[in-house]
This record gives sequence, structure tokens and C-alpha cells, in this order.
Amino acid sequence: MIEFCSVTKQFPGGTLVVEDFSLVIPSRKTTVLVGSSGSGKTTLLRMINRMVDPTSGRIEIDGEDTALLEPVALRRRIGYVMQNSGLLPHLTVINNVATVPVLNRVPKKQARQDALLLLDTVGLDRSLADRYPSQLSGGQQQRVGVARGLAADPNILLMDEPFGAVDPIVRAELQTELLRLQTELDKTVVFVTHDIDEAFLLGDQVVILEKGGRIAQVGSPTEILSAPATDFVATFIGADRGKRELSIRSSPSGDILVDADGRAAGVLIDSAGGPAL
Amino acid sequence: MNLFVEGILWALDPSHYGGRNGIETRVEQHLLISLGVLAVASLIAIPLGYAIGHTGRGRSLAIGVSGAIRALPTLGLLIIIALIVNVGLLAPFIALVVLAIPSVLAGAYAGFEAVDRRAIDAARAVGMTELQIVGRVEAPLGLPLLIGGLRTASLQVIATAVLADYVGGGGLGHFIFLGLKTNDYPQMLAGSIIVIVLAIASEAVFSIVQRLVVPAGVSAGRPQDVRVRSTRSRTAPG
Repeated sequence: MIEFCSVTKQFPGGTLVVEDFSLVIPSRKTTVLVGSSGSGKTTLLRMINRMVDPTSGRIEIDGEDTALLEPVALRRRIGYVMQNSGLLPHLTVINNVATVPVLNRVPKKQARQDALLLLDTVGLDRSLADRYPSQLSGGQQQRVGVARGLAADPNILLMDEPFGAVDPIVRAELQTELLRLQTELDKTVVFVTHDIDEAFLLGDQVVILEKGGRIAQVGSPTEILSAPATDFVATFIGADRGKRELSIRSSPSGDILVDADGRAAGVLIDSAGGPAL
Repeated sequence: MNLFVEGILWALDPSHYGGRNGIETRVEQHLLISLGVLAVASLIAIPLGYAIGHTGRGRSLAIGVSGAIRALPTLGLLIIIALIVNVGLLAPFIALVVLAIPSVLAGAYAGFEAVDRRAIDAARAVGMTELQIVGRVEAPLGLPLLIGGLRTASLQVIATAVLADYVGGGGLGHFIFLGLKTNDYPQMLAGSIIVIVLAIASEAVFSIVQRLVVPAGVSAGRPQDVRVRSTRSRTAPG
């Protein structure tokens, strides 16, 4: 469990990015912090592994105040996946994945062996092991980034807009992979995105942030969709524009679901899985 | 026969080889002085440049001081130092180290500054200590620019090391200063030509080294020319 206790962060120069932020992030669930730029979501994420230190307030991991922990040791037991993969360009895929175990003095051979297994886990072919990041596609780089994040077998995985820079098809693929991984690995995932659909897809708990890290609403996707707490939330999830109010309309080629503006949003299928008649 | 040919013939004349003032002895002295100067300048400038490049602090001070040092006339500096420490090798050695430091320093910190900030941020986020970031990320990725700085320094030092013999420090300056005093222009020219050859050789060696130290993943290009094995066989960058 990760707990923010009235955390405030003021950057030098006086910008207040996060003000009096409190939140409990449950273990073995995916919590998504979602908000537009300037909502302080990345700053909040980076405070968990002390890449950023709060100006005031406390962050506890399983009851331990992180301010009392050594940052380097803390970071090595927390997985971190960033946008644009953040891979080291001069290391091969396998050495990138094995970075943290090697730092933790795991024997090189063992670390390499484990890293190969991780490539399997994230769905990368082992033949890519000796390539360099510049020789991979964006989606492949991102998978390597995830494998590196998992290499030290951390309980916590921080993901900072990891799928923001890949095309929509690859993004959907990576999202599905992450859902599969999460059912297998059962980590505490903290995920930052500005994409509300991604948040609803991946999050067990979704935290919608306004400017200055103010929480607009916390809840499961169902709770947020069925009862947006404020106008801001309604706007953010698109409910005010009717994006979330779907109705059935008949068309010559079959029934479709349309939003409030009458734009096609999908098809209706019955619970057995086939198209509804 | 023009002077230039006479100079070359002087440099090739077997009677000018062997003994205390033989060409090969003087070349060896010249190279030893240059290497020693580069080594000492590196010991001072590389750690300093790495510290500046890593922390981002002191950069403008370093640029200012480097600029000021570069503006110092080496001959003047040499004479002042020689007046303090007496004639011999020490004075030119110090003057040449001062000459070499700005280039090496600039290469060291420019190399660090050229490293992608995101790679450094990622290295820190996965739990590298600051020293590990320097040693495992910034130093290898910044190495080509550092070698570039050493290359410039080496050229300057080899060319300027002729001054060493002005205060009795040895090296190829011997032929130039002796030739000047005795109006023996072929000898002067021979000394100059040998220095030029050494300078060109230094350029050649460093340009090869500079290519060799480009990290494989950085020079490795598009997916179609993938090297599956992690060879460090190198293509020239861009």
C-alpha cells in the first residue's frame, strides 16, 4: 500500500504543482492518475520513488516513510517505466533489461538468464536480445522498458505515460498486454496518463486530477462513469458532450450504438458474445 | 633546388640520425613531452570536465577561464614560468599543460552535455548512484566528444612543443632554434616538416580512435542493417 499524506510540492520559482494531496493506493491493484498537463500527475508519480521530494507531507510505502529510506535503494526495489522507453542507447536489449539486477550484484550469467525470461514475459522474441534500442520499433522499445521495470521483481511498478508515444494500434496491443501481465504478476501498478479511455481500461482505481494535483474524483471506472462527482469530471470523461450516453439505433446493416450526437460508437452484443438480434 | 626540397633532404640525411641530437632522439623526446603533457592535462581536466558536465554547475566559469587561458601567449607564459622554476623541461611542460587543458575540459563536459537527458533520468530512476550514472552512462556516451577534445589538444601541444627547447627542454625545437641562430634554413625547415608530419599523424590516429569509441548502439543504424551479434565493429557516424 502506498499512502500520500497531505503532500505538497512547490518547485523552485514558486510554482505549486501539488497542494495538500492525500491518497491511498491499494496493493496489487492498478491505480491510474489521470489529468491534463499541469495537473501534477507525473510529479506525484515521481515522488513515490523519490525522484522528486515533497516540500511538505509524507509518502508511506507499507507504513514506511519514504523520506527515511535511501533513494537509490528505494528506486531499485520499485519498477519504473517511462515515456520513450528511457533505454540506454549504448546497451543491448538484454543488458538494458538486466541493468538493475547487475547493479544489485546478481551474477551476470544469472541476470542474463532472468532477462531472457522477462523478454518472454513481455512478448518479445529472444532474437532481439543482442540488438540495440535504436534498432527496435517504438512498441518493441516500450516492451523492453516494461521488462526492465520488472527485472528486479519489484512489488511496485510506476508507469509514466508509457504508451503515449506509440501509434494507436500498438498502444491497444500494449494495453492488452499490460492487463494480461497484471493478472499474472499481481503488482501494485501506479499508472499516469492523460487519456481517460486508457485510464478506464487499465485502472482498478482511477484518480482524476485537476490543476495543482487536486483530486476531482477517485473511484472505479464504473463509479466515475455512472456518477461523475463534478462538472469538471463530467467534462473530462466526455459525459457532458454525450460521449458516454449510448443508445441503440437501427440501421439497414444491423443495430448500432450511437452517442448523444448520433455518432456511431460501437455495436451491441448480448452476453453470450454474439451480435444482439 | 628550392628550400623546401633542401629541408626534406636534410630530414632524410642519414648523418643527421644517431646521437644526442639525432632526429630520432629528438622525435622521441618531442613525442614523450607531448604524451606526458596530454596525460597530465587529462588528469586535471577530465575529472573537472566530468564534474561540470554531470552537475551542470560551473559551466560559465569554465568557459570564461578556458577562454582566458586560450588567450595567453604560450611563449610569454613559458618565459614567466621559466623565470620562476628555472630553465629545463619543467617550465615548458607546465606551459603546455596550461595550453592543453581548455580543449580537454571542453571535450569532457561537452560530451556529458550531449547525452540525452531522458537516458540519464531513466538511469537515475532505476536506481543508479550518481557515480554509476557518470561511469556507465555519461562517460561511454560522451567519449567521442572527449576524444575530440584530446585530438585538438594533441595537435596544439605537438605544434607548440617546439618551444620546449627554447629553454633547453629538448624536442624538435632544437633544429628550429639552432637553424635560426646559424642561418641554416634547411635545418629549420626540416625541424618544421617533422613537426608537421607528427601533427598529421596525431590527427590520423585520433580520428580513427574517435570512430572506434562511438558506442555500438549509437552508431548502429536502422533496422535493415541490424547486426545481430553485439560486435563493436564500427561504421563512421553520420
